Amino acid sequence: MLVTILFYAFAAALLAAALGVILCKNPVHSALCLVSTFFTAAAIWLLVQAEFLAIVLVLVYVGAVMVLFLFVVMMLDIDIEKLRSGFTRHVWLGVATALVLVLEIVGVVVARGLGSHVDMKAGMAPVDAAASNATELGTALYTKYVYPFELAAVLLLVAIIAAIVLTMRHRQGLKVQDIGAQVATRSQDRVRVLKMPAEKRE
Amino acid sequence: MITLQQMLLLSGALFAIAVAGIFINRKNIILLLMCIELLLLSANFNFVAFSRYLGNIDGQVFVFFVLTVAAAEAAIGLAILVVLFRERRSINVADISSLKG
Repeated sequence: MLVTILFYAFAAALLAAALGVILCKNPVHSALCLVSTFFTAAAIWLLVQAEFLAIVLVLVYVGAVMVLFLFVVMMLDIDIEKLRSGFTRHVWLGVATALVLVLEIVGVVVARGLGSHVDMKAGMAPVDAAASNATELGTALYTKYVYPFELAAVLLLVAIIAAIVLTMRHRQGLKVQDIGAQVATRSQDRVRVLKMPAEKRE
Repeated sequence: MITLQQMLLLSGALFAIAVAGIFINRKNIILLLMCIELLLLSANFNFVAFSRYLGNIDGQVFVFFVLTVAAAEAAIGLAILVVLFRERRSINVADISSLKG
């Protein structure tokens, strides 16, 4: 009973935060609402006993991705008013699409029940109290899925390199030490000995 | 007790909000990226719900990979956004039309 009440509370908070993401005027507020969305999502995942993923969601999303978003939003000097123009013109389109999507999903999930062989009213599978979710996930990840796991690592490496290469820039006119040029320099290029007659004293 | 139906309906509502957000904030690339994050989150909700409902860990492993790809996508997307802003001084989608004939 308590779990159900908590679920509804977190679900309401989740949807409110998600609405905040798409409706806030200021992109910084949108990003903060997104942080709140991820927090409540992590709480709901805790309620259904997927603990490891809940913690990963908070660490990876709130800790890394959302900080990146906030950095970029605050770094860019954005003219919000111009970006918001045409907002009201497309609201009805967005609302209509959302309503159609909700109706379709309710139709599939509630009315049809995903076909006959799924018991929609059943709760989650029972969890062995001695088994740890992280242990189970780790066992699957490092045995059955070890190859995709390494591919994911390579993907992250490629993402790091791509992000650094894209954003690195060499500004012109910056007085930076060029060590290669310093080492390769030769004395005969630097010092020029001029022979000129000495001036006579009067 | 949380049923499968409740989780699926919640994820569906989240998905609908995110799609509506893509329609509403068509001009702001940052908000489009945030809406994509919301879409991926709602997909992850379905994976977690079915994984826990079936008592099968594979769905949660898949959520792990989706999180990885989403993090990579956000990093590269924001890097492209920063470069774009440096070139154009604008992140309006309507201004990015140089490939138009």
